[in-house]
Amino acid sequence: MADQNIDKKMSRRRFIRNSSYVAGGLVGGGLIGGLIGSNLSNDNKDESGTKGQQHENTAYQQAPLYFTNPEIFAILVAATDRIFPEDETGPGANDLGVPFFIDHQLAGSWGNNTREYMQGPFFPGSNFQGYQSPLKRHEVFDAGLQAIQKYSNEKFDSNFAELEGEQQDEILTAFQKDEVKIHGVTSKTFFNILRQATIEGVYADPAYGGNINMDGWKMKGFPGHQMSYHGQIESDEFIEIEPNSLHSYTNK
Amino acid sequence: MAETLPKTDVVIVGMGWAGSIIAAELGKEGLKVIGLERGKERGLKDYYVVHDELRYAIRYELMQDLSKETISFRNNMKERALPMRQLGSFLLGEGLGGSGVHWNGQSYRFLPYDFEIKSKTIEKYGEGKIKGLQLQDWGITYDELEPYFGMYEKVAGISGEEAHFGPKRSIPYPTPPMKETPLTKKFKDAAKSLGMNPYHMPSANLSEPYKNTYGATIAGCQYCAFCERFGCEYGAKADPTVAVIPFARETGNVDIRNYSNVTEIIHEGGKATGVRFVDVLTKEEFIQPAEMVVLTSYVMNNSRLLLSSKLGRPYNPDNGSGVIGKNYCYQILPGSTGFFEEEQFNTFMGAGALGATVDDYNGDNFDHSDVDFIHGGSISINQSGSRPIASNPVPSGTPNWGKEFKAQSVKYYTRSLGIGSQGASMPTKNNYMDLDPTYKDAYGLPLLRLTYDFTDQDRNLYNYIGKISDQIMREMGANNVNERSNLESYDIVPYQTTHNTGGVIMGAEPETSAVNNYLQMWDADNVFVVGASAFAHNGGYNPTSTVGALSFRAAEGILKYSKEGGLLA
Repeated sequence: MADQNIDKKMSRRRFIRNSSYVAGGLVGGGLIGGLIGSNLSNDNKDESGTKGQQHENTAYQQAPLYFTNPEIFAILVAATDRIFPEDETGPGANDLGVPFFIDHQLAGSWGNNTREYMQGPFFPGSNFQGYQSPLKRHEVFDAGLQAIQKYSNEKFDSNFAELEGEQQDEILTAFQKDEVKIHGVTSKTFFNILRQATIEGVYADPAYGGNINMDGWKMKGFPGHQMSYHGQIESDEFIEIEPNSLHSYTNK
Repeated sequence: MAETLPKTDVVIVGMGWAGSIIAAELGKEGLKVIGLERGKERGLKDYYVVHDELRYAIRYELMQDLSKETISFRNNMKERALPMRQLGSFLLGEGLGGSGVHWNGQSYRFLPYDFEIKSKTIEKYGEGKIKGLQLQDWGITYDELEPYFGMYEKVAGISGEEAHFGPKRSIPYPTPPMKETPLTKKFKDAAKSLGMNPYHMPSANLSEPYKNTYGATIAGCQYCAFCERFGCEYGAKADPTVAVIPFARETGNVDIRNYSNVTEIIHEGGKATGVRFVDVLTKEEFIQPAEMVVLTSYVMNNSRLLLSSKLGRPYNPDNGSGVIGKNYCYQILPGSTGFFEEEQFNTFMGAGALGATVDDYNGDNFDHSDVDFIHGGSISINQSGSRPIASNPVPSGTPNWGKEFKAQSVKYYTRSLGIGSQGASMPTKNNYMDLDPTYKDAYGLPLLRLTYDFTDQDRNLYNYIGKISDQIMREMGANNVNERSNLESYDIVPYQTTHNTGGVIMGAEPETSAVNNYLQMWDADNVFVVGASAFAHNGGYNPTSTVGALSFRAAEGILKYSKEGGLLA
């Protein structure tokens, strides 16, 4: 089972890498189909370990609700994996489904700033006055991801997703330092939202599409939703607890 | 065309702690009360899936919908104020129970020094000590307010223990302190070895089940760690919807109307005649006539409603005249983050007000002769339960993304501890609230404009208290303590505290205050304005217990006024 997971991850990585070569209409759904397929590997780690339940265990939520263009999605996939990479500490953003988490968030209330004050007039504001762009978050991502691609092509003559990790870091750092012009928003603001959304996708309840299998929580030692620590809170020992998600409220 | 409803004795604007207590107390005495609440009805059954950090703590499920109403902000009068488009620095409440639903429950009484800060400071240190500060006494002493603190604590069931510097109490805490944990013990041991006097944080998450003076049962805390920003699914947090509102309704005299956003206090000849409100679902407009109007709609809205209704004298920072919008204060929050290589802690367990505190550097508990600030702050460890999205502590110098960030934030999630201070905030001439000239809310009314920045008093207090806090953290055995950044300009973005105060301050003279010590408006004797808006400055503690005490005081005043009329003080 473990080996199979590695295989799947490897093939997915290869796929994400490859997808950027073929992006542009040839296999528009290919990227997406591929991601779903590889994510099966995570969800197949059920207790029984039996095969043949793939259909029941399909992570149907690992599909895009906002992004429509695989080339753009590939930028998000690559960027989030540099912000929170897979390494010896544990799974990275892609292993945890973070790009889909962000995709779903952009499709909903957060992406559309529905509970925020978005009336004009708009002015840039000081460093202490907070977000002042007229762009909604999904528009910030549209503009920001495109700007990453453009910058990548100008600087390295290549799409962002195809670059080496250090090159990708160099580009993200330029965005973080506000060195890149984006239409309607600063690159620093875009980067900060992207970074925050990545962390959210790593650690939000799996109900939102990220933190697959609660693996983000397991890595960090956070037990998720527990009814009570009344009997444990006085303990001098560190206590490892199997995590629970919101799923456990309705599915015993 | 607004529909005019039948007249009532009292209309209350906002059903948080203050509104609920006043409704209960007046209903009990037979006054007919209409409580207008712009948000929805909510209670225990609505918190079934509350253990969701993203939804409640990060996306602010229970907080104010800013698309309808926000404030505008600038650091100083030379700047253009811009709207606070997203919640950040403080989290405004909305809905039945107000912020009393999603508070942490830390329940201190302000110090005797706070209520007489101006005269006591001058008496001890001379006039020069308060130069540049727009200080004033509150028009009431701690001893006068003490019984009302007791009334509030018996409603909320506060769990606590006597403190070394704690002011005189006429009743013991209704319930014993919360559990001692390895973290609270570590803090106390360190503070003691430094010669300080730690005690267990007084808590409105209760240590054991408690039946309050209104017959409501508040359950015992489960330490589940989803408290601040969440509603309690156990009913173990003193919350108006648990502790007060059921009783208020049982009196048969209190009618709470949800989705009712008050847009105007209607008044004539120095008396209010009622309020205008909008049903936020249907957009229908109503007029609710009333003998008395009570504003309990938080610091921001108490000021805004008075200003936009043209009731009371607006504060003018240029010449110091007027009172509405005056003395906005916040809090100064130095803290220490310590990293531990050998120990691992159950930081993910906790309760909103599970902690330990020292007051050795709060109020005038220490000599200020040789320091360049007044007052101070409480210093506490608070084990409220770290959650993984918000809690990513890393040693200074660590990048905030990438491989190293990941490794360090994962490692230190359970291997770092924080000490926090709540430093008092002193009023100055240029920190105030008025109406924004440009930006409007969803109903076409001007937003409240906040002009606020930190001062030298704040910076000096911050640096001094921060050093003490670092000392305790090192004594607790931290291998490494993060460097604290300097206190520069106030920034509306990162969360700091929802302890905003002022704008409709209390005092002994109508020239310098908006309400008297019954929270009655000097300029309209049938209007009472209650909440932390009445604080003439902000102290070194959470404000809720003091708001609770003032609410009981105001209820007494309103009853008195309903019988006798006239100015009560």
